[in-house]
Amino acid sequence: MAELKFIGGYPEHMRKFIDVVNKTRPKRKDYTPEAMTMQERDEVLKVHPDYAPGGKRAISIGPNKGDMAPHELADLLEAYPLIESNEIDVTKPDYVVDLLIIGGGLAGTTAAIWANDKGVAKDKILLVNKLRHGDSNSIMAQGGTQAADRENDSPTIHFLDAMGGGHFTNKPDVLRALVEDAPLIIKWLCDLGAMIDREDDGSFVEKAGGGTSRRRMHACKDYTGLEELRVIRDEFRNREIPYLEYLPVVEFLTDGNRVTGAVLYNLETGDYKIVQAKATILATGGFGRLHVRGFPTTNHYGATCDGVVLAYRVGAKLRDTDTVQYHPTGAAYPQQIIGLLLTEKLRSMGAQPVNKDGEAFVFPLEPRDVEMASFIRECYVNEKGIITPTGMRGVWLDTPLIEVKNGEGTIEKSFPGMYRMFNRFDIDIRKDPVLVFPTLHYQNGGVESGPWGKTNIDSLWVAGEVSGGVHGKNRLMGNSTLDCLVFGRRSGISTAEYLKSNPPHGKLTIDHMNNYVKLLKEAGVDTTRKAPVLLPDYRGKAVLARMIDVF
Amino acid sequence: MPEKDNIMDTIAESNKSVVTGIDEKDIEHWIKISILDREYKVPAGLTIMQAMEFAGYRFIRSCGCRAGFCGACSTVYRIEGDYRLKTAMACQTRIEDGMYLTQIPFTPAERANYDINKLSPGIEALLTNYPEILRCLGCNACTKACPQDIDVMEYIAAGKRGDVGLMAELSFDCIQCGLCAIRCPAELAQYNYAQLARRLHGKYQTPAPVYLENRVKEIEHGKFEQDFDKLLKASEEELRKMYTSRDKEKA
Repeated sequence: MAELKFIGGYPEHMRKFIDVVNKTRPKRKDYTPEAMTMQERDEVLKVHPDYAPGGKRAISIGPNKGDMAPHELADLLEAYPLIESNEIDVTKPDYVVDLLIIGGGLAGTTAAIWANDKGVAKDKILLVNKLRHGDSNSIMAQGGTQAADRENDSPTIHFLDAMGGGHFTNKPDVLRALVEDAPLIIKWLCDLGAMIDREDDGSFVEKAGGGTSRRRMHACKDYTGLEELRVIRDEFRNREIPYLEYLPVVEFLTDGNRVTGAVLYNLETGDYKIVQAKATILATGGFGRLHVRGFPTTNHYGATCDGVVLAYRVGAKLRDTDTVQYHPTGAAYPQQIIGLLLTEKLRSMGAQPVNKDGEAFVFPLEPRDVEMASFIRECYVNEKGIITPTGMRGVWLDTPLIEVKNGEGTIEKSFPGMYRMFNRFDIDIRKDPVLVFPTLHYQNGGVESGPWGKTNIDSLWVAGEVSGGVHGKNRLMGNSTLDCLVFGRRSGISTAEYLKSNPPHGKLTIDHMNNYVKLLKEAGVDTTRKAPVLLPDYRGKAVLARMIDVF
Repeated sequence: MPEKDNIMDTIAESNKSVVTGIDEKDIEHWIKISILDREYKVPAGLTIMQAMEFAGYRFIRSCGCRAGFCGACSTVYRIEGDYRLKTAMACQTRIEDGMYLTQIPFTPAERANYDINKLSPGIEALLTNYPEILRCLGCNACTKACPQDIDVMEYIAAGKRGDVGLMAELSFDCIQCGLCAIRCPAELAQYNYAQLARRLHGKYQTPAPVYLENRVKEIEHGKFEQDFDKLLKASEEELRKMYTSRDKEKA
């Protein structure tokens, strides 16, 4: 095949379709397709990967036995531990602390600060990270953080929006905590010095998101998570709270009932360390790197579902394991960035999904599952997608419309991250649309907890994406960073309260792990699979075919 | 047109090269790059990160978000025949023929501990915590090194004048990768100073709007308690009704 000829970052054959988009833009400027009725939503959801046939099975053991989960998740729950009971001595702790926090994204880092604020001495806290402190899904959050602070809004409207978006499956008391704490969290961010976008009069720039009935999205350009995380991490550093990096947890320790510590594995040296703790907050994030149903992902390198696996082995209950969130607008072109996120805020600011005939085919701000399913329908049922050189199909997201509607210069000002990313591949999103297709974005379900993050296991709390319930079966935009901040704070406060009674340290054993192995064998789970997987493997096939193990 | 039931399989098939790696038989163009002074033949068009993985590297360090936000994959390289030293994020940069590279997984850089509540936004806060900022030579190496195209030297100059607001605005897109600090002949750690400036600006120069303060007070005084009690007791049917009939503000 001859080399492709590129014009402005796009191959010639795609350029022809861009001309169609340009032609219909003036007509679409003042036209927005109607939002779907509930019946229309149900109809289009039939092609959503959660509802399309296949892809799932019933979990065969443990507290959620019988519940449906994607094969990729069920595979990890039905897998053997990384450590053998006879190869490690868990009785001699290397670190003895009051509070162990696992995961240093927004949730874990926030938890540490609030626990410290509420009386847990810094030296009694330990934050452990699989990668660097802050390398997380949090830092990649672009769109914003929801908080009902304007006068025409209220936390109860925020509650209803999230309930509807989640198909009325959200856990009500936990959702209430999320929406009612939201304004307080924004205030906290301001007090710490986060730079939230402002209008000239000092009020916040607040935009709508998919499925929200008010404008309540607080953003920091399209670097919302980055700004929130680096401010909170800076505060964490100022307090000199101890942290470790490249030391993921590979197993919890228990005294038979409650979590009493954890086994850390040094990714670089291969040795293990034992932590003993009175209380533990699990904030390990989600599972995008499992590539459920073969989808690419927006998620960071370490999003491999470790926390859910660890918690399940000690008997923690999960919920909503049957749903996965795919973000409607993942990059479908160029090949180097397939699956990476194009923030929903682009649509909040006027960018329209458009098919190959240049038609706006869907209301741009449906809840995420509905919006993404409509893209799949457009590409694979209506045959109105655009095909890329690598054989992917996608629809256009008409970004130049943002400047038509909001004035020249809006994109560089509001979306410096997106503008920069595409510019690196010679595409100017101010002038040309971008091709998008859904990408695996978020773990809707997870470890069940109450409104203070407490799980059904004694001395174990959860916060952030690893938890399940608050978003039900589909999360709305701007509720994930909020989730991390609200339940990071709440779990920090709640563990500090718990520690005030000065509970004793518990015995360190891996009895629960041995029991789990027994369960696996009884259930006839015959596999060499091990979990948690810790890191995905993208090495070239030719190299993997010649691997030998000599050390 | 694929059968409705097979849509998911068709999608998975089209995503294969991203999810499970490229098949060698599908590769049309190869180029040579050198990683840590060893040459590899890799498919053209990959990012540095994808090319290193194709060559057999499984990252522990130097790989984080894979999308240009976390600053973990700082990389320095030259192209054969070109004297210039270039910097990049491995996840956001396409490989070129003749590229030879190494990664910088960690930047040793001094940062000050401070209590943000005890500072005021101005020259004093910067000079107390980072007096070395005055050592800037104005050589522009930092700006040239920045993979985010930030005018680093300009924000350092603003800092030297005590203009915390400008320093905050100019540095906003910083991902704290550390490449500026590595290149600086005056041994500065620019990105840490910018972090302080942004917090000072955010906290003191753009205070929270009054309506936010009011809402926080309303919540603390239990204004929404009764409404929440009703919502929490509502049946799913009632919630559905409330949801579909709620009024919507224009986006």
